[in-house]
Amino acid sequence: MTATATSPDTSAAEVPTFDVTLRIRRFDPDAKAPVPYWQEFTVTAHGTDRVLDAMHKVKWELDGSLTFRRSCAHGVCGSDAMRINGVNRLACKTLLKDLAPHKPIVIEPIKGLTVVKDLVVDMDPFFASFREVMPFLITSGNTPSRERLQSPEQRARFDDTTKCILCAACTTSCPVFWTDGQYFGPAAIVNAHRFIFDSRDEGATQRLEVLNDSEGVWRCRTTFNCTDACPRGIEVTKAIAEVKRAMITRAI
Amino acid sequence: MAASTPTLAAPRSPRRARRPNTELYSWVFMRASGALLLILIFVHLFTNLVSGGGVSAIDFGFVAGKWAKPVWQVWDLLILWLAMIHGANGLRTIINDYATRTGTRLTLMGLLAVAFAVVVVLGTLVIFTFSPCPPGAPADLLPSFCTAG
Ligand code: HEM
Ligand code: SF4
Ligand code: FES
Repeated sequence: MTATATSPDTSAAEVPTFDVTLRIRRFDPDAKAPVPYWQEFTVTAHGTDRVLDAMHKVKWELDGSLTFRRSCAHGVCGSDAMRINGVNRLACKTLLKDLAPHKPIVIEPIKGLTVVKDLVVDMDPFFASFREVMPFLITSGNTPSRERLQSPEQRARFDDTTKCILCAACTTSCPVFWTDGQYFGPAAIVNAHRFIFDSRDEGATQRLEVLNDSEGVWRCRTTFNCTDACPRGIEVTKAIAEVKRAMITRAI
Repeated sequence: MAASTPTLAAPRSPRRARRPNTELYSWVFMRASGALLLILIFVHLFTNLVSGGGVSAIDFGFVAGKWAKPVWQVWDLLILWLAMIHGANGLRTIINDYATRTGTRLTLMGLLAVAFAVVVVLGTLVIFTFSPCPPGAPADLLPSFCTAG
């Protein structure tokens, strides 16, 4: 095969750009009258950009006071869960082109946790529930001198719930959590599930005991909002149902 | 001593002893009673509205005739009790969802308990003390087994 006379076009095709409007829920605790308000920003974005890129543009070029969390920017750290067009998602995993960008994109803080500033919420209650379920390996006896072995099947049993990045998208999409902030919430149950069904762990009874609380798994009404919200694709509602079933079999 | 060091509970400090399984049983009950109610209610609707003379046949005599048979007394009693416990327990859940202040919650729970007691007691009394042949009533309105007028 010989090269054709026409010189091949090696430059990448130009990525199309478009203007997109972000309608952001803002709150400044230091303002004279600290009340939440809406503010719109219009920026030029690439067709391949994510919501996070557009927000960076706003923060870096238009209004440096816009406040939000992000760290990895690649869906790993779980910092930037927010309510985008009414749905909890990670700003860094949501492409603008998937959101009908000819209309303003509505961005709000996740619901059910106190807003500290703009899109930053107080995550303490969320992590307090996480800590309550003892998210660490519990064993008895002497520490073995080698790895704790586990078959692929035993590992597969809880594989889904190991994927959690603690972004709180699930817990803050739950209507029970919105009205009753005491509820442990899906994320804590997911992380309890990860150990309850781990063959190496011996703390299942203690964890089930914790979640048998009146603010535990029985508050769940199978709304499935959490499963829809999870950016890691974890079957959250199924995990909660498995924990419920484990409690019922234990009680009977 | 660093003032900012958070105090963390020892990982395996003893936790509150066994929690009662109240919410667990309540959850199971909602599903069990729901399944039973499905049968009870649809048989109830069918016998009252479809079978025999259908809707047009419902009158005092029809109801009185049904409650003269122990089967329907027990059937309706089960619907009454199960639906009331199921419904009241469901409302208890909703109150726990929305009432954040203890005062509000206790008030609503109290109202719920009173409403529950009134309906259950009244309903049970009616089912068992119902008189199918009130004296002096016109015979054409009464069930066929009422002889004396
Ligand atoms: C016809 C058969 C019925 C079935 C199969 C059924 C089933 C259920 C189930 C499974 C739940 C629990 C939902 C959850 O925890 O997520 C529930 C809740 C509830 N049920 Fe029923 N039910 C029936 C009839 C009734 C009746 C007759 C009443 C009223 C007297 C009633 C009132 C309620 C209430 C108030 C709730 C609480 C709703 C909530 O948790 O948000 N149900 N029902
Ligand atoms: S289960 Fe999913 S949505 Fe919930 S905290 Fe973990 S990663 Fe986020
Ligand atoms: S910034 Fe880390 S998950 Fe989005």
